[in-house]
Amino acid sequence: MRVTADREVCVGAGLCAMTAPTVFDQDDDGLVAVLKKEPEGAAELSAARQAGNICPSGAVKISE
Amino acid sequence: MTETTAAPIHQEEAPAFPSNRTCPYQIPKEYVELRDTGDALRKVTLYDGRQAWVVTKHETARQLLADPRISSNRQDDNFPATSPRFAAFRTTAPAFIGLDPPEHGHKRRMMISEFTLKRIKGMRPGVERIVNGFIDDMLAAGPTADLVSQFALPVPSMVICQLLGVPYADHDFFQEASKELLQATTGEEALAARKKLGDYLDGLVAQFETEPGPGLLGTLVTEQLAKGTVDREELVSDAILLLVAGHETTASMTSLSVITLLEHPDQHAALRADPSLIPGAVEELLRYLSIADIAGGRVATADIEIDGQAIRAGEGVIISNSIANRDGSVFENPDAFDVHRSARHHISFGYGVHQCLGQNLARLELEVILTALFERIPTLRLAAPVESLEIRPGTTIQGVNKLPVTW
Repeated sequence: MRVTADREVCVGAGLCAMTAPTVFDQDDDGLVAVLKKEPEGAAELSAARQAGNICPSGAVKISE
Repeated sequence: MTETTAAPIHQEEAPAFPSNRTCPYQIPKEYVELRDTGDALRKVTLYDGRQAWVVTKHETARQLLADPRISSNRQDDNFPATSPRFAAFRTTAPAFIGLDPPEHGHKRRMMISEFTLKRIKGMRPGVERIVNGFIDDMLAAGPTADLVSQFALPVPSMVICQLLGVPYADHDFFQEASKELLQATTGEEALAARKKLGDYLDGLVAQFETEPGPGLLGTLVTEQLAKGTVDREELVSDAILLLVAGHETTASMTSLSVITLLEHPDQHAALRADPSLIPGAVEELLRYLSIADIAGGRVATADIEIDGQAIRAGEGVIISNSIANRDGSVFENPDAFDVHRSARHHISFGYGVHQCLGQNLARLELEVILTALFERIPTLRLAAPVESLEIRPGTTIQGVNKLPVTW
């Protein structure tokens, strides 16, 4: 799995960082930052998938 | 209370919308009927005789809320007005909730740094102090209390005042004006209430221009208004939105959450036995109660084909999250309240670029409120039957204006 995050599209909801805190963070401006481009382990993969699903702006993308 | 049951309706009918709840935590039977016909979009008739589409499916709702051909422009003549109150606001300066990209994004980015998870996490001790302070007052004055005026409303009022930089000392004024704004039955009343709040906040902006003020409003005046990156009338509109949305929604969620938990003793007991369930329970309460189900109005700016239906340019679309949040293909047994459910993909905060700016503050407040309230008042119970509570009409934020409790 690879994750990407488009900071131009991001609206700063913070759901990715809340759902998959080891994979995503929010910088001081409130925009998404990727901490880990290739999540690993069942729990982290599942959390990253959920983050991709609930991201409201479409900034977070997950490719399997 | 009993679960609602469906009766068949025919596609050619365009039933009246919105409808009123008869139970504070169940959606109106008319919405269950709309949902259970199985169509993703249904035509409804609004109070002014115009028709609009109501979206009933969770995935269709998400697709439309993220579709650039769907506009949030509340000044558009075709924007679906669900009440005279909504229609009246077509004439007022739009807050960022009523802007489309790219203007919306510029405005939102001026504010999101105040609402990051880290900033909100840092507010927890302050929110805990506020919550415990109002519980102390309630315990000292009781037993018996009106949970709305003594707890559910003042807690988020004080929190949003601190975040915005609005003096809490003025709470009697702005709580009353917010209530008038949200519950006005005529356009004139709605505009008058909005003007009262606008004049008050404009005065605060003027004060912060003379001497730098606290909170988000202080920052917006110093860093945006002073530099001309935001227009004064729009800043006041944004401030009205943040102040009203910041306390009325959490207040409603608090009262309805307490009712729901007290009416579901098994779920309540599960939370008391294992407080680690509380964050998940908050998501489920957000889904189940869908108090802001009137906030999802949009207007199509182009023809859209979706789920076998054709939305024409200029048609109104209403994404009623209380219906989409009870889509059985996404939430199993959707009319059941279940704190063990994983419900974070609800759309109670909306979806797309307009998703609620204050959602993580709301989550924090509700977590702290539910933890403290039931820990400190374990015998809390309703002092009036649920059936006797007066529920706000379907045209506004769902909730009750009074909630008698005892312990």
